[in-house]
Amino acid sequence: MSRNTLVFAFGVSFALCVGWIVFPRALYVQKRQPLTFLHKTHAEKSGIADCGECHTLRADGSFAGLPAMEKCTGCHSEKIGDSQAEATLVNNYIKPGTETPWLVYSRQPANVWFSHAIHVKLAGLACSECHSTYGESDQVRTYELNRISGYSRDIWGHSMSRLRRAPHEGMKMSDCESCHQRHQVEVGCLGCHE
Amino acid sequence: MSARYGMVIDLDRCIGCGSCMVACAAENNVPALQQATVRTGLTPIVVRTVSNGQEGAARRETFIPIMCMHCEHDTPCVKVCPQQAVEVDRATGIVMQMPQRCLGCRYCMTACPYHARYFNWWDPAWPAGMEKSLNPGIAVRMRGVVEKCNLCHARLHTAKEKAAAAAKREIDPTDYVPACVEACPTSAIHFGNLADANDPVAKESRSPEAFRLLARLGTEPKVYYKSKEAWVRDLAETNSAPRPEVKHG
Repeated sequence: MSRNTLVFAFGVSFALCVGWIVFPRALYVQKRQPLTFLHKTHAEKSGIADCGECHTLRADGSFAGLPAMEKCTGCHSEKIGDSQAEATLVNNYIKPGTETPWLVYSRQPANVWFSHAIHVKLAGLACSECHSTYGESDQVRTYELNRISGYSRDIWGHSMSRLRRAPHEGMKMSDCESCHQRHQVEVGCLGCHE
Repeated sequence: MSARYGMVIDLDRCIGCGSCMVACAAENNVPALQQATVRTGLTPIVVRTVSNGQEGAARRETFIPIMCMHCEHDTPCVKVCPQQAVEVDRATGIVMQMPQRCLGCRYCMTACPYHARYFNWWDPAWPAGMEKSLNPGIAVRMRGVVEKCNLCHARLHTAKEKAAAAAKREIDPTDYVPACVEACPTSAIHFGNLADANDPVAKESRSPEAFRLLARLGTEPKVYYKSKEAWVRDLAETNSAPRPEVKHG
C-alpha cells in the first residue's frame, strides 16, 4: 500500500470520526432538569395510572402540557419524605409559588401546530406511540439542547444516522409525514403549520 | 365532504372604515413598522377605493376590500412557485402560503392578478410590550418571505381541535369565522362553504348581483363581491378600469 493511500485512508477515517463521534457530542449541550421528577414513583405511590390525570386536555381541546404547580401542591404542600428533590420542590417552587422551569423534551418549533386532541381522541393514538415509555421511567433524562437550532434532541432523535430507529424516536416533519402516510391521513401544509 | 371556503363581500354595505384591516393585522401578527409604506407594508386585506371615472355629479365611488381570492383553478401563485411553498388545500380550498418555505423570489407576487401578496421587507418588530398581544396560534414571519391571507387558518385549527375534543370530525361552522368577517361593523363580509348548496353564502354567490374580479381569467376565485350598482359590477371585468387608488391616512 502506497504512502498516499495510507494518508488518504487516515484522512477519511479521521473525518468520519469527527463527523460521527465528535460533532454529535459537540452539537448538543447537556442540561439537567430543575427537579428530579420520577414518573414511576408517582404511578406507584400515588396511584396515578393514566397520563391524562396530569397532562390534561382542556374543554376546548387544547393541551395543557405539563401540569401547573397547583397540581403538585395538591399533595406536596408540605414535604413528603426527606429526599433532596422533595426539599427543592417545596422550598424553591411550592412555597414561593413559582412554576418549575421544566425543559420540555418534545417542544416543537414555533411554526408547528400539533393537536393532542386530534391525535388522541380522533386517531386513538396511545401516548407511548410518540413519547415512548417515559411515563413509566424511574430516572430523569438529560435534556440535550441543539446549539444551532435551539431545539431539543428529541426532535431529531437520538440516533444521528436515523437508521433502525424506533417509531417513537424523532419528531421531525418527516416522522409526522411517514406516520400520516402509513395511516393514509392527508393534510395540507397549514394542516400542521401556523 | 371537503369544504370550499369562500366569501361574498357586499360592496354596497362597505363603509371603508378599515376595521377588517386592523382585525386582520391583529389576528395574523402583522408587525407594526414605522418605515412601512402603502407599497411596502403588509396588508393581507386592503380597502381600496374605485370610481366610475366621471367628474362632478356623475361621479360614483365605492370601497373594495382586496385580499387573496383563493383561486381554485390553475392558481397562478401555485403554478409559478419554485419552492412549492403554496398549495390549494384539497380539504378546504384555501390557497395556503407557507412563509417558512418561501425563498423570497416574489414570482408569485408578479403572477397574482389581484396584487394580494406581500413581501416582508424587514424583520418583524413591535413596540416594546406589544409582543404580549401577539396571537400564539400564528407564527411570526421572518424578513425576506412572501405572505398573504390564509383565511385565518389559526381559527380553523382551533375549531378542529374543539371538534376533536368532542370526538367529532366535522367542525361547527360557527367556530370558524375569519377575523375580518367578525370585525366588519356593517356585516359586509360573509364567509361560508361554497361547496354546500344550502350554505347562505353559497346561495348569495349565485345571485345576479354577485360577481368576481377578473373572472374571465378562469382562475375560479372564491371571493365574490356583490353590488346593486351596474357600474361596479362592470369594473370587475374591465381591463381599462382606473387603477384603484389607495386611501392614505
